[in-house]
Amino acid sequence: MQRYLLSRAVQSVLLLLGVIVLVFFLVRLTGDPARLMAPREASAQDIAELRALMGYDRPLPVQFADFFSGAIRGDFGNSVHYRAPAMALVVTRLPATVELALSALLFAVLVGVPLGVIGGSNPGSIWDSLARGVGLIGQTVPNFWIALIFILVFSVNLGWLPSFGRGHWNSIVLPAVSLGLFPLGQIVRLMRSAVLEIRGEDYIRTAYSKGINDRRIYVAHVFRNAAIPLVSMLGVQFGYLLGGSIYIETIFAWPGLGRMIAESVAARDFPLVQAVAVFTSLVVVAMNLLTDVAYALIDPRIRYDK
Amino acid sequence: MTGCVTCLTRACDGKEGKRLVSILEVSDLAVEFNTIEGVVHAVNGVSFSLDSRETLGIVGESGSGKSVSMMSLLRLIPEPPGRIRSGSAWFDSSKGRVDLLSLSKTKRAAVRGRDIGFVFQDPMSSLNPLMTVGEQIAESMRLHLELGDREARTRTVELLDRVGIPAAAERYGNYPHQFSGGMRQRVMIAIAIACGPKLLIADEPTTALDVTVQAQILDLVKSLRDELGLAVIWISHDLGVVAGLADRVIVMYGGLVAECASVDELYEQPRHPYTEGLLEALPRVDQDRGEELRSIEGTPPDLYTAPGACPFAPRCSYTFDRCRREVPPRYVVNNGHDTACFYDLAERRPRSE
Amino acid sequence: MTSEQPQPASGPDLSPSADPLLEDERGRVRRALSYGAKLLLRDKGGMIGLSLFMVVVFAAIFAPYIALHNPLQQDLTRSRQPPAWRDGGSWEYPLGTDSLGRDMFSRIVYGSRVSLTVGFLGVAIALSIGLVLGLVAGFAGGRVDNVIMGGANLFLAVPYLLIVVVVAAVVGRSLVNVVLIFGITDAPLFVRITRGEVLRIRNSGYVESAVAIGAGRARILFDHILPNLVGPLITVATFEMSAMIFYEAGLGFLGLSVPPTIPSWGNMLAAGRQYLASTPWVATYPGFAIIFTALGMNLFGDWLRDVLDPRLRRKGR
Ligand SMILES: Nc1ncnc2c1ncn2[C@@H]1O[C@H](COP(=O)(O)OP(=O)(O)O)[C@@H](O)[C@H]1O
Ligand code: SF4
Ligand SMILES: [Mg+2]
Repeated sequence: MQRYLLSRAVQSVLLLLGVIVLVFFLVRLTGDPARLMAPREASAQDIAELRALMGYDRPLPVQFADFFSGAIRGDFGNSVHYRAPAMALVVTRLPATVELALSALLFAVLVGVPLGVIGGSNPGSIWDSLARGVGLIGQTVPNFWIALIFILVFSVNLGWLPSFGRGHWNSIVLPAVSLGLFPLGQIVRLMRSAVLEIRGEDYIRTAYSKGINDRRIYVAHVFRNAAIPLVSMLGVQFGYLLGGSIYIETIFAWPGLGRMIAESVAARDFPLVQAVAVFTSLVVVAMNLLTDVAYALIDPRIRYDK
Repeated sequence: MTGCVTCLTRACDGKEGKRLVSILEVSDLAVEFNTIEGVVHAVNGVSFSLDSRETLGIVGESGSGKSVSMMSLLRLIPEPPGRIRSGSAWFDSSKGRVDLLSLSKTKRAAVRGRDIGFVFQDPMSSLNPLMTVGEQIAESMRLHLELGDREARTRTVELLDRVGIPAAAERYGNYPHQFSGGMRQRVMIAIAIACGPKLLIADEPTTALDVTVQAQILDLVKSLRDELGLAVIWISHDLGVVAGLADRVIVMYGGLVAECASVDELYEQPRHPYTEGLLEALPRVDQDRGEELRSIEGTPPDLYTAPGACPFAPRCSYTFDRCRREVPPRYVVNNGHDTACFYDLAERRPRSE
Repeated sequence: MTSEQPQPASGPDLSPSADPLLEDERGRVRRALSYGAKLLLRDKGGMIGLSLFMVVVFAAIFAPYIALHNPLQQDLTRSRQPPAWRDGGSWEYPLGTDSLGRDMFSRIVYGSRVSLTVGFLGVAIALSIGLVLGLVAGFAGGRVDNVIMGGANLFLAVPYLLIVVVVAAVVGRSLVNVVLIFGITDAPLFVRITRGEVLRIRNSGYVESAVAIGAGRARILFDHILPNLVGPLITVATFEMSAMIFYEAGLGFLGLSVPPTIPSWGNMLAAGRQYLASTPWVATYPGFAIIFTALGMNLFGDWLRDVLDPRLRRKGR
């Protein structure tokens, strides 16, 4: 197992270095980031000054070396907009986003796992239809749209739940449910098909041939095996949640990383954009690594190297 | 139609002391599968009986319904798409004589693993990859024999040792992927005999294994059979293996019993053209252990239509018009020997009735 | 299709000369036909999905004939009219008007053009890049494989939306840019699928024997690998097209997709958001168009996957 986890850890570090390179080049896609950053009415001289100020006038290799050595220390320079170190700003926004993403994931898992499992265990039943329906909704209803509908229904019309901010305990309900809708659909679909497939495995037939009853078959044999694809999906979904939070945090004025991405992109605040991008990727990569650990703990085929 | 004869008519097969009460009597078992392409008529009225301590070999080419008919006895086929259309299977369980096919779910579960042990073909996929092998053996003992954890564990280690797993105590906590194919099949056998069943059904247990391992597994089952007094149903498409193991053999074709006879009689005087073809594919039966059946010319029957004729007719060299009109019943040709064929192979002419 | 009934096989009048092999062949054809028919009937979802999708394609192609008004025509005297069935609405503007008095219905109809363009072209580009790079990686192996897969995994590791948003902000708002962004950022998925299939077939031993009898790489490619790729690639392409339509609307919602002058579902959502409470139809109705399209593609994609996956077919589920 150690060897497996070590190699995954090394891969993760390489991946992050790759992200840093990618982020460096992304903002330079047009060749001149200073022009994008400057206000529309800025004169050629203003732009040149900005270019010099940001160091964008230096030779590319010098810029890269500078950026790279800063980035691996977490230093992305000052945010243009806030005039403060970009990374520090990003870190202060992290808790709100983690809170939102985990709540959304919790919602998706708590609803999605039982629904998918019940549907998959009773193919053709009404629960199965429900599971398939929820799976389809999750894939066809955009989260930014359902967020607007929720605000309309639960905040504007019914006045039950707040539509913005992170002040009250119940402010998180609408954002979390909106954000969790897509993972919910994915989890329902996955669990349903995993249970359906595992039911037909040879080892389930073996378990039946021993005289084990349905309940124990499902609890001890089916669900345990279905947990493996679930765990690997949770890692994937976390990345999606951070992406989806760009919309959801913007709509609900949730003070997290997603909103900071939208704002810094809109303001062309490139140091901040780069800091958020690298940091978000770091969180995602770390989550995937955690998933691998969990995966190894569940699956003995990985836990014990042959 | 079929099933008027159930191989019951035989008297003593010559093996003294072996003539005992039948513990299993299957009659007119029919199983079909409802697939998108149509209804697969996998088993079409199979009847046979089995004495206690008897070893019955079941041979036939792939797709002839061997696995489905045996798994149906314990209702181990997926239902749906599978459906048991007809039949009964009276069995001497530890709770009295019962019809396996009409048992309630709970009563059926009480027979599975307790009175009948099953060993499947593919040891690689037949064990739960996430459960230790010890746990998988102990599971049914805790259930059927109501053993505590400690006892179940001790018994399991004994069983592992008995089926030939070295360092059994240490292997208890291993997972299936840490075992070779042959070792896994030993574990499967341990699972099957854990609760002291009367009957062991082995569905081509050695097909997926190396030849040397095959022989070891075969010896293991033989010694367990003699030691525990098991009745055994051994499915195989290896005539050599069956010859060395079984008392009696059933030859299946197209979901029907083609021929049923004591092992010696079947090999010496086959009375069904299909059996004859199978044996001709082997140069000399008694010298030819381990040789696989060579398939006879032609394709296996189309199971998408219910049989209304002899299923072997398209490939048979004795076919005459009656064969295409009726399903042949099982004609008794000798004590304990019957054949489902309109043609009398001994007389070399169609049967007269 | 004629419903030729099979002869009852056990009828006494059946001539002894009936060729059983011919009988067999006919049975096989009959089964194949009934399989196709049953599949369509059983999975109504596939037909419904295809129909929904065709409606959207139809709307996009014939937008000028379907639209009731010029989608760009502003008329401030008629701004924020509610849909026809609400108080103050009229059938002249069946889905109401936006804050600039433009007809919602016509804008939604025209919006399908942006969505479908992005979906079709984006997937076409992603598929082409992915197919080529995946084949190269799978066949070349070694260092080439490592470089290509390293790049692909990099893209797959970063939150997808993050890359898209950053790139969109850098390159600026235009339809071409949006198509290119999706086409390029989505390619890694297709690279992975293609390479996986190449490796699977290469390792199957089947190809080794083909090589042994002297078949060239091109032969193997066209005879074994491409035919096996068609199923998975088409299925994934369907789902990805639906995803791109989502993402395009999302970008529009953030003000990063096509220029605001072009009617697109995302732009409409974005514009309506600030008047959500007073004129909810402006922000919510384009969403129904997105759902309609996504539903069509997902239902169809699920069906395609069932049909193209031989494993599922055999199980008879
Ligand atoms: N789950 C199933 N669905 C559809 N057909 C099946 C299923 N299981 C078995 N069959 C069919 O039943 C027939 C008999 O199969 P089987 O008993 O496994 O043959 P054997 O064990 O003699 O090789 C085959 O034609 C097979 O295709
Ligand atoms: S019944 Fe006829 S076709 Fe069938 S095996 Fe006998 S001779 Fe051959
Ligand atoms: Mg079989």
